[in-house]
Amino acid sequence: MNAFRAILVRDLRLALRQGGDAAAVVLFFVLAASLFPFGVGPEPNLLARVAAGVIWVTALLAVMLGLDRLFLADHEDGSLEGMVASPAPMLVIVLAKCLAQWLLSGLPLVLATPILAIFLQLPAEGLPALLGALLLGTPTLVLVGAIGAALVLGARRGGVLLALLVLPLTVPVLIFGVAAADAAIAGLPARPHLLVLGAMLLAALAAAPFAAAAALRQAVE
Amino acid sequence: MVMHRFANPARFLRFAAVALPWFSAAAVLCMAAGLAFGLFVSPADYQQGETVRIMYVHVPSAWMAMFAYTVVAGGSISALVWKHPLGEIVARAAAPIGTGFTLVCLVTGALWGKPMWGAWWVWDARLTSVLVLFFLYLGYMALLGAFDDPVRGGRAASILAIVGLVNVPIIKWSVDWWNTLHQPASVARMDGPAIHSSMLVPLLLMAAGFACYFAAVLLLRVRAEVAARRIRTLRLAAMEAES
Repeated sequence: MNAFRAILVRDLRLALRQGGDAAAVVLFFVLAASLFPFGVGPEPNLLARVAAGVIWVTALLAVMLGLDRLFLADHEDGSLEGMVASPAPMLVIVLAKCLAQWLLSGLPLVLATPILAIFLQLPAEGLPALLGALLLGTPTLVLVGAIGAALVLGARRGGVLLALLVLPLTVPVLIFGVAAADAAIAGLPARPHLLVLGAMLLAALAAAPFAAAAALRQAVE
Repeated sequence: MVMHRFANPARFLRFAAVALPWFSAAAVLCMAAGLAFGLFVSPADYQQGETVRIMYVHVPSAWMAMFAYTVVAGGSISALVWKHPLGEIVARAAAPIGTGFTLVCLVTGALWGKPMWGAWWVWDARLTSVLVLFFLYLGYMALLGAFDDPVRGGRAASILAIVGLVNVPIIKWSVDWWNTLHQPASVARMDGPAIHSSMLVPLLLMAAGFACYFAAVLLLRVRAEVAARRIRTLRLAAMEAES
C-alpha cells in the first residue's frame, strides 16, 4: 500500500511539475472533436445524432495519445528496473501508474466533455449517461492500454504500434459507451450498458495488471 | 503430458518428417472430394440458390481462423510458462496461416453477403469480432518484428497473443449474445446439426481438408524455422571459431 501511494504521488508530482502532457491530451480531445462539425457539416440534427460517438472516439484516441508515455520515461531513465527489482509487487506498481495516468489523462477528458456536448449539440438527456459511461470506460482503456504500453517498450515505432495493438481491444468499450448515451437520448434505460461497462472495468482491473506486469518484466530483462 | 515429449525439437522434427506427407495427401484428397461434392453433388439451397456453395469455403476458413489463433495462444502460453522453444516457433509459424484463413473468411463472407444481405459489409457482432481477430493477428506479427532483439519480440508477442484470446469466445458466441444478421451456429449444436446431410458431408470434408492443410503448412513452417535457427547458430559458431 505504501508502494502504491509512493508511485501514485511520484507520478502525479512529476506530471504536474513538467506540466504540458495532461493539458495537451485534453486540448487534443477538444480540438479533434471540434473538427467534426467542419467534416460532417454544422447541421444541428446531424451533429446531435453523431455527438456521443464522436466524443467517445476522440476520447479513445486522446487516451491512446497519452499512453505511450506511461512506462517510456521510466524505461529510459532506468527507474523501471528499480521498480521491477523492488520488493513491492509489480501488480501494485502497475495499478498505481494506471491510476495516476487516468487522473492525468482520463478524468480531465470527462471534465471537458460537457463543453464538447454543447459544441456538438448533444441532447441534454444523453449527457449524464455519457459522463457515467466515460467515467467507467476510460479507466478500462487505460488498463488495457497499459498492456500495450508495456509490450512496445524498446520497439521501433512504438507509438504507432501501440495504437495498432490496443485499438482492436477497445472496441467493446466504445460500443457500450456509445450505446449508453444513445439509449438515454432515446428515452431508454442506460443502466444495462453502464453495468456492462462496469463489468469490463472490473475484468480489466483483475486481469490487465498481470499481463502488463509480465510484459514489464520481459522489457527490463 | 504427451505434448511435452514433442517439445524436444529433434523428436518433433522426426514426427514432422513422418506426418507431413500424410497431412498433405489428406488435405488434397479431402479438399478435392469436398469441392466435388459441394459444387456438383450437393443441392442448391431453396432460398439462397447457388450462393450457398460459398459456405463450403467460408465456414471451414472461419473455424480454422479461430483454431489457428488458439494454436498461436497455446504455443505462446507454453513458451512463457514452460519456456518451450518450440512453443514460440509453433505460435510464430501458425500466425500467418491463421491470418490467411481470416482473410479468406472475410472475403468469402463479403461475397456471400452481397447477394444475400444486399451489402458487402455490415457492422454486426460476428463480422466485427472476426475483423478484430484479423487485426489481432496483424498486431501479433507486427510486434514480433518490431524489436532488434528477436527474443524480446517473441516474448512481447506471446503476451499479446494470450491477451487477445478473450476475443475467441466472443466470436463464437457473438451470434447468441446479440441479434445479428449473421446466422447462429447450425453445425456444432447440442441437439445435433440443423443442416441436411447432403450439405453437411461436403462441409465436413472441406473442414477436414482445411485442418489437414493447416497442419501440413504448420509442420513445414516449423521445420523451416528450426532449420533457419540451426543455420544461424552454425554461422555464429563458425564466426567465433575464425576470430
